[in-house]
Amino acid sequence: ASCVQYRLVVRDANTLQILQLYTCLDQIQYMEWSSDSLFILCAMYKRGIVQVWSLEQPDWHCKIDEGSAGLVASCWSPDGRHILNTTEFHLRITVWSLCTKSVSYIKYPKACQQGIAFTKDGRYMAVAERRDCKDFISIFVCSDWQLLRHFDAETQDLFGIEWAPNGCVLAAWDTCLEYKILLYSLDGRLLSTYQAYEWSLGIKSISWSPSSQFLAIGSYDEKVRILNHVTWKKITEFEHPATIVNTRTIVYKEVEKSPSAETERLSFPPTRALASSLFSTQSKYDISQMPVSLQYVKPVADRANPKMGIGMLAFSADNCFLATKNDNIPNAVWIWDIQKLKLVVVLEQLCAIQSFQWDPRQPRLALCTGNSKVYLWSPAGCVSVQVPVEGDFQIVSLSWHSSGDSMVLRSKDNFCVCYLEREEV
Amino acid sequence: MGDWKTITVPVLSSDSKTTSPYTSEKRISLPSMNSQVLRLPLPSSRSMHSFFSVFCTEENIEQSVSYLNRELTTLGFPSIYAESKGKELNLISIINCMNELLALQHKNLRAQEEVEMQHLKLGSDMDHLQNCYAKLKEQLELSKREIVGLQERDRQLQSKNRNLHQLLKNEKDEVQKLQNIISSRATQYNHDMKRKEREYNKLKERLHQLVMNKKDKKIAMEVLNYVGRADGKRGAWRTDKTEARNEEEMYKVLLSDYEQRQKQLLMENAELKKVLQQMKKEIISLLPPQKQKPKERSEDGPVLSDLEEDLGELSKENMWELSCETVREQLTNSIRKQWRMLKNHVEKLDNQVSRVYSGPLNEKDVISREDHELETEKLELEIQQCKEMIKTQQQLLQQQLMSPCDDDTALLLQDCYLLEERERLQEEWRLFQEQKKNFEKERSSFTEAAIRLGLERKAFEEDRGAWLKQQFLSMSTDCKNSENMTTSSAFLGSSDQDTWLVKSTSQQRKAHCMLSGPVSAEPCQNSQYITHNSFSVASKKPSGDSKPNQWVESDKEETE
Repeated sequence: ASCVQYRLVVRDANTLQILQLYTCLDQIQYMEWSSDSLFILCAMYKRGIVQVWSLEQPDWHCKIDEGSAGLVASCWSPDGRHILNTTEFHLRITVWSLCTKSVSYIKYPKACQQGIAFTKDGRYMAVAERRDCKDFISIFVCSDWQLLRHFDAETQDLFGIEWAPNGCVLAAWDTCLEYKILLYSLDGRLLSTYQAYEWSLGIKSISWSPSSQFLAIGSYDEKVRILNHVTWKKITEFEHPATIVNTRTIVYKEVEKSPSAETERLSFPPTRALASSLFSTQSKYDISQMPVSLQYVKPVADRANPKMGIGMLAFSADNCFLATKNDNIPNAVWIWDIQKLKLVVVLEQLCAIQSFQWDPRQPRLALCTGNSKVYLWSPAGCVSVQVPVEGDFQIVSLSWHSSGDSMVLRSKDNFCVCYLEREEV
Repeated sequence: MGDWKTITVPVLSSDSKTTSPYTSEKRISLPSMNSQVLRLPLPSSRSMHSFFSVFCTEENIEQSVSYLNRELTTLGFPSIYAESKGKELNLISIINCMNELLALQHKNLRAQEEVEMQHLKLGSDMDHLQNCYAKLKEQLELSKREIVGLQERDRQLQSKNRNLHQLLKNEKDEVQKLQNIISSRATQYNHDMKRKEREYNKLKERLHQLVMNKKDKKIAMEVLNYVGRADGKRGAWRTDKTEARNEEEMYKVLLSDYEQRQKQLLMENAELKKVLQQMKKEIISLLPPQKQKPKERSEDGPVLSDLEEDLGELSKENMWELSCETVREQLTNSIRKQWRMLKNHVEKLDNQVSRVYSGPLNEKDVISREDHELETEKLELEIQQCKEMIKTQQQLLQQQLMSPCDDDTALLLQDCYLLEERERLQEEWRLFQEQKKNFEKERSSFTEAAIRLGLERKAFEEDRGAWLKQQFLSMSTDCKNSENMTTSSAFLGSSDQDTWLVKSTSQQRKAHCMLSGPVSAEPCQNSQYITHNSFSVASKKPSGDSKPNQWVESDKEETE
């Protein structure tokens, strides 16, 4: 599904054929599929309206109007029948039910990046709250929206919460001014806290491993610390130095291949293909010799939210690899082997990395750097793929299909679907 | 004392004046020889002559003799005067005295030489020692200077160290101060933040109230129709029961998670224990085979028995899968002990091996080198011999090759060889042909014999048939089965043969054969019989009785 201004276009994932076309009242800011893929909600924040469309019955419609309360965020509940709207200024979260047309309110939600977290099995929802300058976490049962637990979080300013994939542990971390991460069990008991150091800027990003065994914490000091789920103590630290000396790691450097344009063949006016090939240079990966020094960027010291530290963390689906990006070295992706707990590969790109995502089925990483190429890495090797589009196609983000066979590449105005061939075994 | 002879003392011209100083010299020289050591030996011989010239003249012979006598007696020599008279000289005693004086002189010279040598040595030693002393003094001075320098450096370094420590302390203090500043600022910021947040909350509350008060009709949800729940259930009211149920479910979820984890951990634990047990067993198995070395194994003897006991205990206990602390500790301790023992053992072995390697290697090298040299000599000799042999052979070959330059001789030689071979071949051919003829003769004789045998057999069989008929005719009155027997197969006939043979004689056997012949009359069998018999015939022609026996045997073989 994709939305263009105020229209919602639903296409088939394999053929990209337009299946449905819906028109909304206003420009759509946010769109989300329901968990059973039967409904799509389109949120228009300016108007404060959420419209829900059904795929089975194109005639069915639903409109939720928040009115003067305003709308800041909207999302589905895991059962696909409730919509949670966050009103302006985070006054409250309204839970609208599509089955019973009933409304519930959650007061005092916290205005933070990840204030709502659902467990993977969709049974429980954790909401971060703040009352009287103190942080609280409430756990609700998603089936009937009953408050299960309400406890205070010992954080200064809760920044985010995230459930472990097994649904039993909730990680809550503090603002970047304070390095503190708290681990609560499902029934609200504090299992452990972890604080690596004081005073310096703290946690930037965290990620649970798919087996809930490890919790990777990326911090502003360019290090990733991994905690294990048995003792909640740090088992290792991954450093991201600018110079890589270890000979066991492979560094793939993206190198531009000079276009092999024969000068005699140039003709006026230049053909389209030639023009595109001239402008879009081919690139390939070269293995660099050790020691490799990467491009290090020291951010300006007096600005807030400096571009330093580990900004992106992602575990692979098979729990074997961890991909990290150090914002100080914005052109490189670091891939760590979790079984051996050491650095395996560094991918050095020509441009800054915009986003990366692991294939949900295999240990395959796709990343994009804002040019018209998508890069794939797997333990077998890495490849840079040119998107065969005329003109510019600057890939800003990408996301995999759940089967791992295709992925969507998004640029500012367009998107394209990249299909990957499965190897015949 | 023998006869005395007057000594004709050689008269030398000398001054009497000089005698006194010489005598005085002599007196001095004889008792004290230490002073003029160097000069005495050589000039003594010369001065002796001058001595004589000066010391004794014609005038003072008696005086000099008496003087000499006095001197000699004082020195312990016998008197040179004859005993009887005062002025007669005893030549023998004089000679003896002279001899003794000479010997004394020699001894003294020798002693002098020794003393001179010693003196030289001592002098050189002295020089040497003086040099050493000088050097040591220099060294001492140098080292003293060095010590002074080092002490200086030490002092400088210590002062540097102190400075650095001081700097470090200062830095630490600064850091502490800065941290304090930061913490104070942080608390200040937090306080400010909280204040601002409270204000903000108040605003929010106000806004919320306003929003709620407005009772906006717009806040509504329009749905075309209700959507069924995802799982098809109807919505339930929120009651206490549901609360309790929710709690239960939550706890169930948690418990299941914990149980899973515990299971995993138990499995891991069990596996690790197994591995440890295996390791322990393997370590134990490694250690006992080296019990042969008494030196190292003396310690392990009693320990091993303990280990075996432990092993027995632990295996029993692990059967029950206890995981109590004591068992765990025992296991780990025992494994650590054994591992240490194994490590020690391996280290000892390594040392031994290195020693062993270094030892015999040297010896081997030495021995092998000698052997190697001997062997190389032998080999060289052999090589030489072989080379010589090769040379001689080559020469002979060449001669052989060269010599048939004469074509006739060559041809003759070749012909000789060929002739020899030809004659040999011809002989063989002759032999072969003779054998061939013999074989043909034999074959013809065999065929004739076979024909004859065939004829005889026919006759024989006819007789047999007739005889049997008579027999059966006689027997037919007793039993009727005999008629059946006549028509029976060859096999039965053979069984009959067996029974009959046991009873009957050779002639009866003939009759049986006659019977069985026509019953199982097949030309091929006959021919086989013939082939069997041809050889037998050839071997035993005269024996006619043997034929039927052999026929019977062959018959038996056929039927069997």
